[in-house]
Amino acid sequence: MSWTGNLGCQCARARWVVLLVLLGSAARAAAVGAAELHVAVAANFSGPLQTLASLFERSGGDRLLISAGSSGELYTQIRQGAPFDAFLSADTEKPQKLESEGLSVPGSRFIYAVGSLVLWSPKPGVVDDEGQVLQSGTYRFIGVANPQTAPYGTAAQQVLTKLRLWDQLNQEHRIVIGENITQTWQFAATGNAELAFVALSQVLQADGSINGSSWRVPQSMYERIDQAAVVIAASPQKLAAQRFLTWLRTDPAALASIHAAGYRTAD
Amino acid sequence: MGSSDLIALWVSLRLATTTTLLLLLLCTPLAWWLAMGVSRMRTLIDALVSLPLVLPPTVLGFYLLLLLGPRGAIGGALHGLGLPAPAFSFTGLVMGSILYSLPFAVQPLRDAFQGIATRPMEVAATLRASPWNRFLTVALPLSARGILTAAVLSFAHTLGEFGVVLMIGGNIPGRTQTASIALFNHTEALEYGPAYRLSLTLLVLCFALLLAVYGMNRRLLRTTGALA
Repeated sequence: MSWTGNLGCQCARARWVVLLVLLGSAARAAAVGAAELHVAVAANFSGPLQTLASLFERSGGDRLLISAGSSGELYTQIRQGAPFDAFLSADTEKPQKLESEGLSVPGSRFIYAVGSLVLWSPKPGVVDDEGQVLQSGTYRFIGVANPQTAPYGTAAQQVLTKLRLWDQLNQEHRIVIGENITQTWQFAATGNAELAFVALSQVLQADGSINGSSWRVPQSMYERIDQAAVVIAASPQKLAAQRFLTWLRTDPAALASIHAAGYRTAD
Repeated sequence: MGSSDLIALWVSLRLATTTTLLLLLLCTPLAWWLAMGVSRMRTLIDALVSLPLVLPPTVLGFYLLLLLGPRGAIGGALHGLGLPAPAFSFTGLVMGSILYSLPFAVQPLRDAFQGIATRPMEVAATLRASPWNRFLTVALPLSARGILTAAVLSFAHTLGEFGVVLMIGGNIPGRTQTASIALFNHTEALEYGPAYRLSLTLLVLCFALLLAVYGMNRRLLRTTGALA
């Protein structure tokens, strides 16, 4: 549709009609075409998702409206009809549940990021690169995310159990439990806990180094921390949501951005 | 109900009782000064006391962790004196709870003190009652309802406290894990059964307590009503 055909028209009414049609189609375009995708994301991935959102938009994709929260909260909200188009969980359990409950689009689920566990101290020289400090016992408190609810907490518990330290540290009341991985990081960052099991993504600097001292726990010591994403079944724009997830899974720039944030990818 | 939930409930009750008693001790002189004093600083302190209401509890908890940490002002000073760091201990919980519930204790007390008519105090003075005597035998009984309100609000607010105790306590079972944290853990882990049981116990317990306190309040109202 263009103005040129109407330029010669002297009839003011016809011009108004064209204007109204144009306005109408612009409004429709805002609602359907260049849409806004509402993405629910586990708090640990909200930072990387901001970067990914601007990458996606620059490559011609839709704009993302990001809601961050704990995976458990977001899962409950989706069950109660929250208006999300896609869900990026911190685990695989909740997306799986949504799928079995018919609340996500079958076949849309995939692992978008794999987390790495790190034993970390903000002070240099505290943590050696083999994690021997865990056995030394010179620390008063060690921060661990809640193993019941946070995947990094489950992983940390597996590592400490493998080292035969979990029961002992618990009996000595030396394990402080963060509700999520952010709080666990704060325990150590403020110096109240000498050590903490945190996510690599939290402590990785832009130049690829880690401040303080750290031990990247070998993957063989804990179950892989897979984070899965799904398209929400109730979304009115499932195709657009699926386009975003496909981009997230396959676009080289997207993958590079995920890796730079301290995550691995599944494939 | 599991034994860990019972222990958490016990930690909560201990924390709420300790916090309430300490708050009443600390806030009575403070509220008296706010109500009766003449200093221009009062407005400033009034505003400061309300500030714990403004920050989200987890943020308040984070700042407290910074303050109590080995590099923080309080934590550093305690460390210098050879005292243990208060974070992740019951002491730390009490410190955080006092700050968090401060406005709930100060404001009813201040209002109650402000509400005392000058007449009974003057009469007591003409009867040669000393200032202490006047405070204890006239002002306090007349403010009984305000004191009760302060105690109830502090107690209930501490019991329901979540963000601050989570940050500063570190959720250590048997030590710093309160009932509200245990409850939150259950719901996050989708363990709705234990969550219902703990919620119900907490609600019934507090309802009984409040019922007793408000019953007492009615009796007080009658006696102080006669006094005034």
